Amino acid sequence: MSLAAPSNRRLRDWLLADVPQSRWQARVGRFYLGALEFGRNPMAVAGLTMVVLLVVVALLAPLLAPGSPFEQDLTRRLQPPSAQNWLGTDELGRDIYTRVIHGSRVTLYMVILVAIIVAPIGLLVGTVSGYLGGWVDNVLMRITDIFLAFPRLVLALAFVAAIGAGIENAVIAIAITTWPPYARVARAETLTLRNSDFINAVRLQGASSLRIILRHVAPLCVSSLIIRLTLDMAGIIITAAGLGFLGLGAQPPAPEWGAMIARGRDFLLDQWWVATIPGIAILIASLGFNLLGDGLRDVLDPKQR
Amino acid sequence: MAQQQSAPAAARFLLPSGHAVGAFRLIVSIALTFLGLIAVTFVIGRVVPIDPVLARVGDRALPEVYERVRLEMGLDRPLYEQFWLYLQKILQGDLGTSVITSRPVFEDILHFFPATIELATFATLVGVLIGIPVGVAAAVYQGRLLDHVIRVLALVGYSVPVFWLGLMGLLLFYRHLDWVAGPGRLDIFYDGLVDPVTGLMLIDTALAEEWDIFWNAVSHLVLPTAILGYFSLAYICRMTRSFMIEQLRQEYVTTARVKGLSEFRVVWGHAFGNVMVPLVTVVALSYASLLEGAVLTETVFAWPGLGLYITQSLFNADIDAVLGGTIVVGTAFIGLNLLSDILYRVLDPRTR
Repeated sequence: MSLAAPSNRRLRDWLLADVPQSRWQARVGRFYLGALEFGRNPMAVAGLTMVVLLVVVALLAPLLAPGSPFEQDLTRRLQPPSAQNWLGTDELGRDIYTRVIHGSRVTLYMVILVAIIVAPIGLLVGTVSGYLGGWVDNVLMRITDIFLAFPRLVLALAFVAAIGAGIENAVIAIAITTWPPYARVARAETLTLRNSDFINAVRLQGASSLRIILRHVAPLCVSSLIIRLTLDMAGIIITAAGLGFLGLGAQPPAPEWGAMIARGRDFLLDQWWVATIPGIAILIASLGFNLLGDGLRDVLDPKQR
Repeated sequence: MAQQQSAPAAARFLLPSGHAVGAFRLIVSIALTFLGLIAVTFVIGRVVPIDPVLARVGDRALPEVYERVRLEMGLDRPLYEQFWLYLQKILQGDLGTSVITSRPVFEDILHFFPATIELATFATLVGVLIGIPVGVAAAVYQGRLLDHVIRVLALVGYSVPVFWLGLMGLLLFYRHLDWVAGPGRLDIFYDGLVDPVTGLMLIDTALAEEWDIFWNAVSHLVLPTAILGYFSLAYICRMTRSFMIEQLRQEYVTTARVKGLSEFRVVWGHAFGNVMVPLVTVVALSYASLLEGAVLTETVFAWPGLGLYITQSLFNADIDAVLGGTIVVGTAFIGLNLLSDILYRVLDPRTR
């Protein structure tokens, strides 16, 4: 690398310029520094690799595992891993490799749905609360605190009891118990922005509170929320798998990892692979997000190290 | 993640206004949280697609009977009145009747809760006894190999699904190595031989001086405790590490070193003393999260605790039992939050 071509060198100088010529250059330069810092942390890079792997596997699932995850072959039940079934077969003769690969789609689907529900709710509650202050703030934060003080899994169980099992209902149950920290993050961010000059300027121009919150405050809170989401992803994956394991999330025959472990439990002592392999998939997915989140926090918040 | 915010939340109550005002605010906030919990279970109870009257009278009851029970249960009154009645019942310890065991839910819970407490307590002990020293070691050797190994192990503890780890533990230590006993609290032939005095198996068997059964109970307890303890350890170790790193950076630590104190005294005598206060909060919160983590662990190990009770009631559409269990776990959660707040105030000299 020391023999970098001149053009590389110029690019590097441009990225690290002390006096950037444009806002864009400054932004790219800052990103470059962050990426360098991130790249020096082997754990974070490993985490990023695992997350990218998960996404790629989910996107390319039909290519990586051409068979159907639902196809049964009762003559080949509970076969150990072999050349024909790389990771063995389950109690209905379905190929576990195919099911684990396709299961990544179910997991990502649930995680993304939770994120799509939780982030806007947290953003709205947090920014409104922080910007308006006063009794609105008191009431909203009190509600947030109440939800923060609840046991999440048990509450999710109770919600599923009320609305029935299934992927979408599990997502709703997880979302209901996950949003409070996002409201807190968004509120904290809003409080730092609230009295800044540019917000005052917009206010003096006669913009309504709604417009200021939606157009000027909320967009600036998004990046903190995204970091928070990365940190929470692993927890969401594990909760979703836990609900699936209890039979309250994805229903059979969906190839959901937690539900697959639950089925494999009946054959655990003699056919270990049925329960073991989906668990490794969960571990890789959630560990990847945890490592990535840890690395991101190191880069963005050096104080925490 | 939510737990990390509790220290500042606790500190909020301690601002200049003084103790009395702080205590008052604390009480109000606890009461509101409890009210919120009851409101949530109330709403869930109304949304459930199970007709509570039908559940009580059976589907072959006469219309008059159905109507009379409906009135008795107060289901014709306005919602806020129903909520008020519901709240009163719960404050009197009436959580309804389980459809499956046909006993009051409250009695059921008293019967199942000790097993969960036993599990969570021993798991927390594992977390404290291993997690704190390991976390301190990671902080002292920050950035070196030992630190990286500990960080990865702790992150794995965060990331691994506890129910899967439990199954793997059973597979390895019960099936293949035969080091521990299998699921349940006792072997079947010991079941019912010891009177439940406290409900805590180790204490009950020791009181009865049934040492065979005692050791059998230990052998059943080891694996679920270790699995749940790993989870607790990961959390405690991580927090200890970050608290310690912050302390070791302070100037008083440099002063102590310059004075020529041994590294051991600097770390344990000076820095660790300042870490203990926030750690107490962490341990209390970790205990609370174990009460919840027990739900999945108990399912795997067929451990007859509150978690197993809740999930089994769920499958039998025994909604009073599910909500009763939720209320009890939620109340324990709130209680432990309160406890950690109070300990924080009592232990931290700056708040006096």
